[in-house]
Amino acid sequence: MTGAAVYSVVQRDLLYAVIGTGVISLILSILFLFLQAPDVALTEAAIGVALTTIIFIITIRNTVRYEEDSNRHSKPASK
Amino acid sequence: MKKILVLSLLAVFGVYLAEVLFKIDFGHQFFLNGVKDFYLTASPDKLKVANVVTSIVVNFRGFDTLGEVTVLFLATTAMSSILYKGRHKLGERAVLFSSSRIVMTGSKLLFPAIILLGVYVFVHGHLTPGGGFQGGVIIATGFLLMLLSYQDYQVSHVVLSVVESLAGITFASIGLIGLLNGGTFLHNFLHTGVLNNLLSGGVIPIIYIAVGFKVGAELTGLIYTALNEKD
Amino acid sequence: MEFKLFDLSIVEYAFFVTSVLIILIGLYAALVKKTLIKIVIGLSILDAGINLLLISIGYLKAGTAPIFSPALVKNMPLTLENIKKLSEGMVDPVPQALVLTAIVIGFGVTAVALSLVIRLYRHHHTLNIDEIKNLKW
Repeated sequence: MTGAAVYSVVQRDLLYAVIGTGVISLILSILFLFLQAPDVALTEAAIGVALTTIIFIITIRNTVRYEEDSNRHSKPASK
Repeated sequence: MKKILVLSLLAVFGVYLAEVLFKIDFGHQFFLNGVKDFYLTASPDKLKVANVVTSIVVNFRGFDTLGEVTVLFLATTAMSSILYKGRHKLGERAVLFSSSRIVMTGSKLLFPAIILLGVYVFVHGHLTPGGGFQGGVIIATGFLLMLLSYQDYQVSHVVLSVVESLAGITFASIGLIGLLNGGTFLHNFLHTGVLNNLLSGGVIPIIYIAVGFKVGAELTGLIYTALNEKD
Repeated sequence: MEFKLFDLSIVEYAFFVTSVLIILIGLYAALVKKTLIKIVIGLSILDAGINLLLISIGYLKAGTAPIFSPALVKNMPLTLENIKKLSEGMVDPVPQALVLTAIVIGFGVTAVALSLVIRLYRHHHTLNIDEIKNLKW
């Protein structure tokens, strides 16, 4: 889980980083199950894995995919 | 330079957090003020609800849940008003590629099963793990599947807002009836039945079903707004 | 500073250690990274770490989930003493209810933050916070 967190922070391709956060949520929900919290595990599996990931992916589709891209686009801020 | 500063800050923060946490005995009871015992005995004894988390979320701290549902509603509203860019034409969703026939047929097959699973989860919220939030999210996931695989699948905003408002009105009016009957908001005024029956717990299943519809409608609207976004 | 880090069996504290590490990683991403989406990712990682921390504080060793299921109750008559005896071995339900709320609210916050990101990108055509002059602090 810590590895997935490090991966999703270090990775410069934002799409892969978002999939890394999905993996974090998946492992987190399994840990919740071990900690005897099935309600929370169900919520985390549904929200963290499915919905958060899809919202991030929609945002990436509407903006840029690579982290370096934001440096290259050195357009002066229009207005 | 900034990185070194942040790293040292994080090191200090981590050491202090660890110092606090290593005083806690893992696996032994930490909160000793009796709240746990009260909830664990009052839930099966008075309310006849098997799932104690449900009875905390819906009944003991039900007012918080009303606030939480309101926050979700505000998030949906804020998202659609921030992203508002003039009226977009219907069916003009930006899909990168059209999906194949297998995906379309498969998601059509899966969609009723997902909706059924969501409804099952929030109807049995007081007996098994699950409840309104989980069930609502599962329903929203089903709609997400349909929206992703069909390019021209439409969800009516009018239907969504009507379902959402009706569910919200149900929640608030049950709370107000409880206030009139028993003196506290969300007082359990129905007959509570027998533990582990489907019809038990008084108003708790009704409220959780309302919460399920409300969360499902809100999240579906949120996803629909986000998916209709186009550069 | 008198906590003994190496006297304890570290496996017992694996949940605490993991959650603290994840909180720190999330904070690092939120403080250092320049891309707005990376900052939101860092915040959601931080959220996950705090949730894990709260749940693991409420854990009871060899405890059961706080559900009076038929398999647990069996044919015991549900008197007050029996309920008390069963609830001795249950984990704390209060942090679970709080975390249930926190996850849903966290999703709402993430959605609003990401819609703000889309809006900023549309206005400035960049996601770098150094180039968005209005956000400078």
